[in-house]
Amino acid sequence: MAPPTIRRSGHSKKAQVSAFAGYLIAALGAALGAVFLVLSLWKPQGAAPLRTEAVDVAAPAGKVGGSARTHSLGLIDTISGYFNAGSQNARLRREAEEARIQLVEAQAVEAENRRLKQLLGLREEEVKPVAYARLIGSTSSSTRRFAYLSAGREDGVKAGMPVLSPKGLVGRVLETGDSSSRVLLLTDSVSMVPVRRVQDDVVAFAQGRSDGSLRVRLINLGINPLKKGDVFVTSGAGGIYRPNIAVAIVDELTRDGAIARPLSNPGTTVYVAIEPVWVPEAAPVLSAEPTETEQ
Amino acid sequence: MIGEKGAVGPRLGFRRTINRDHSPLFAQGLPLLTVLLGSLTPFLPMITAGPVMPPIGFMIFIAWRLVRPGLFPLWIGFPLGAFDDLFSGQPFGSAILLWSLTMLALETLEARFPWRGFWQDWITASALLAAYLVISAVVAGPGFELWHVKLILPQLLLSILLFPIIARMVAMFDRVRLYRVRVID
Repeated sequence: MAPPTIRRSGHSKKAQVSAFAGYLIAALGAALGAVFLVLSLWKPQGAAPLRTEAVDVAAPAGKVGGSARTHSLGLIDTISGYFNAGSQNARLRREAEEARIQLVEAQAVEAENRRLKQLLGLREEEVKPVAYARLIGSTSSSTRRFAYLSAGREDGVKAGMPVLSPKGLVGRVLETGDSSSRVLLLTDSVSMVPVRRVQDDVVAFAQGRSDGSLRVRLINLGINPLKKGDVFVTSGAGGIYRPNIAVAIVDELTRDGAIARPLSNPGTTVYVAIEPVWVPEAAPVLSAEPTETEQ
Repeated sequence: MIGEKGAVGPRLGFRRTINRDHSPLFAQGLPLLTVLLGSLTPFLPMITAGPVMPPIGFMIFIAWRLVRPGLFPLWIGFPLGAFDDLFSGQPFGSAILLWSLTMLALETLEARFPWRGFWQDWITASALLAAYLVISAVVAGPGFELWHVKLILPQLLLSILLFPIIARMVAMFDRVRLYRVRVID
């Protein structure tokens, strides 16, 4: 392709000056960008008002996409269901049989639990979700893992609230707009969730690795007691997440903990529930600034 | 060049004729609109576990710059990058910086190698995409570790393979851009 001759400034003084001004303004733009970048690395929530306004405006497009996603997810499941219908049917029937037995046992345990709690005088406090919303998009080309929610301040959503799917914890709300909000997913590299192993009290932190997995870091170092397949739930420490929300399952062991897979895959989640912060008095310590808790 | 008569024939010529001329709004606005729409890809109904989507906004941006040098002013990286930063999840300022630098880099490259072809454009775009994705990952936040570079390799490969297709789409939009509408002189 021939070079565009029209853009040579030649001997015209005016053209030369305007070409120079172009370079100058572009360099200034780059410098300004660098300043903004340093500022927003220093204070990650600095640009939040700007961002939430913009997301509010652009979110309706995402909502249309979100409803399309609801249908397409079902369609893919339906099609893939045909391929292994036979063996799946047998397996599911066996699992349903086992689950029925376990359900009865669980009911018995629950009844006993309630009776014992009554004896102790403890009151059961049920956490009611603030809102239900759709996940309408995620930052799929950045190494940071954020998702966008179709509910905002108008629905009662506030920054710091945990976001749950039926399968477990998804993340927590980071910024809220009027009708949309931004969620810090579990797998983001600055997300840190206090967890414990479900069967005993091995406590740890689950930190995101931005590739869809979590690093479980044990608090008490020593012999690594974890095994592949261990399930971690929130411990309730820190006050943001109530205890016993499913978080992750251990995939492989490392020296000081494990690499775990989150139980709720936001990619296959359509609707999520936003719950209030569990103990609001304790929460500000953790939710103040993600980078400050990190370092 | 497309505007020359022999190349495309009188019927498809893009010059103004009696009663028909380009709409300046459309001719200047369509490229901007396509880049802005490309920056809105985070709202696609797709929630991924890791970074897999190519940076569509940035790709459309460099495709326009390569297909039509001089269409975007040199400083356009600032406003377009700012828009991209609002949705991309990167800290605000990272795209402003990188898109502005891209404009300057391409300008320098064009002065050095004025005659360009498909392969050179593709190699240029690939190098820019590699630099863009790696630097974006480095400045993304406090959690950067060296193995994250491995994480963006699939994304980089996909971006490089997708670029010629995006460049063709942009070339198609370029023809639409110069569509002649009725004007009253």
